[in-house]
Amino acid sequence: MINLAQTYFIEVMTIILYCLLIFVPLLLGVVMALYADRKIWAAVQKRRGPNVVGPYGLFQVPADGLKFIFKEIILPDGSDKTVFLIAPIITLALSIAAWAVVPVQAGVVLANINVGILYIFAISSLGVYGILMAGWSSNSKYPFFGALRSAAQMVSYEVSIGFVIITVLLCVGSLNLTEIVMAQKTMWFFIPLFPMFIVFFISALAETNRPPFDLPEAESELVAGYQTEYSGMPFVLFMFGEYINILLMCAMTTILFLGGWLPPIDIYPLNAVPGFVWFLLKVTFVFYLFAMVKAFVPRYRYDQLMRLGWKVFLPLSLFAVVATSSILFFFNLAPGM
Amino acid sequence: MKIINFFKSFLLLDFLKAFYLAQKYFFRKKATINYPFEKGKLSPRFRGEHALRRYPSGEERCIGCKLCEAVCPAQAITIETQPRDDGTRRTLRYDIDMVKCIYCGLCEESCPVDAIVQGPNFEFTTETRKELYYTKEKLLENGDRWETVIAENLEADAKYR
Repeated sequence: MINLAQTYFIEVMTIILYCLLIFVPLLLGVVMALYADRKIWAAVQKRRGPNVVGPYGLFQVPADGLKFIFKEIILPDGSDKTVFLIAPIITLALSIAAWAVVPVQAGVVLANINVGILYIFAISSLGVYGILMAGWSSNSKYPFFGALRSAAQMVSYEVSIGFVIITVLLCVGSLNLTEIVMAQKTMWFFIPLFPMFIVFFISALAETNRPPFDLPEAESELVAGYQTEYSGMPFVLFMFGEYINILLMCAMTTILFLGGWLPPIDIYPLNAVPGFVWFLLKVTFVFYLFAMVKAFVPRYRYDQLMRLGWKVFLPLSLFAVVATSSILFFFNLAPGM
Repeated sequence: MKIINFFKSFLLLDFLKAFYLAQKYFFRKKATINYPFEKGKLSPRFRGEHALRRYPSGEERCIGCKLCEAVCPAQAITIETQPRDDGTRRTLRYDIDMVKCIYCGLCEESCPVDAIVQGPNFEFTTETRKELYYTKEKLLENGDRWETVIAENLEADAKYR
């Protein structure tokens, strides 16, 4: 009996430890991402960006976080208080939960499940709920519009993301993220599937409500979209959730197209570097692209956004699915056939 | 033409160009200065915080002619005068409401003895409104503190007057 309790305790403790091992670097990553985002944006506009708090302004984000923590949490009079407070928690929890299956190195993953990619897809689809709840429970027009836009946008682009993922899966023959990476040992998928790489990248921008598709929080029209009524800690939760989602999308791009933790060429000095370093470098590179896009592309109009999603990306990715599967079938390249 | 445009947008040419341009600007010299640590150059004619000057002997310049009070478009200046024991006319009060002031420089221009001037200081924010109602003491103190710079600026600008 005691033995059983002991093993149970150890098991739980290990899981908690693993969770912390994901959570803490993730929070650090978000802090760095926020900082990098502001710095890159500033550099393109010939500004300096945050540079006063701490060395090179590195403590600006923690300082902002502290400020938010000490601010009052304002609950709007007409709001549905429970839903209002649950919404940011859901957003953050879901965005962190998706990271459970992301492999950062061969074998280094919290849950090496067979349907990893489906799991991520499902979790990131659920992310809409946090935003919808926030928009609805605020009981105010701008958050509501923001939430509606966000929901429509995320649903539209999820469709094309789904098809892009299917083309990758056709080339791999497995839904396991580790196997998806290992299948790229000879060639990273962004070379044979280059158009899909671009489609995925742009859809990821839309999926995470990043500029140029940040219509849900277009400050010139909707103040701050679904976040308008939020302040203090709930706002921080939203912010973190959003950035963890962005990092997740960067990681997904890395895993699906840029060969995850694999070195560019499998020769001595490069493959001696531990895999997670490569993974980190690639995620950083993709995030850099995300930040640059924010700096030089103006915001899309809402109808343009929908046109791009339904009339360009959807047919394109559908065609790509058919083309890829035909090629794989006729040349007998399909794995597991 | 339509086909060319189609390929242009399909190959994301505009975005590649924009990316190249943004990347070029990324490494350019910054257009902004590191403000609290480094400051931009100010013209000698810069109209900042007011100051009342003194003669080298320590005698205050202001003779209480009230020209500045009369010319002030915002009516920010209030002056009361009285003859002093030695028979010269001096100010009893010389108040400037820095909240009303529009920093037009007319007081400085109208002053026959270069007593009231606008110095190079533009960092005089306060936490209360009350502190911005400058009195004669405050203005004279300003004059003492900024005298060297103010004198230099006046000299540099003298030949254009």
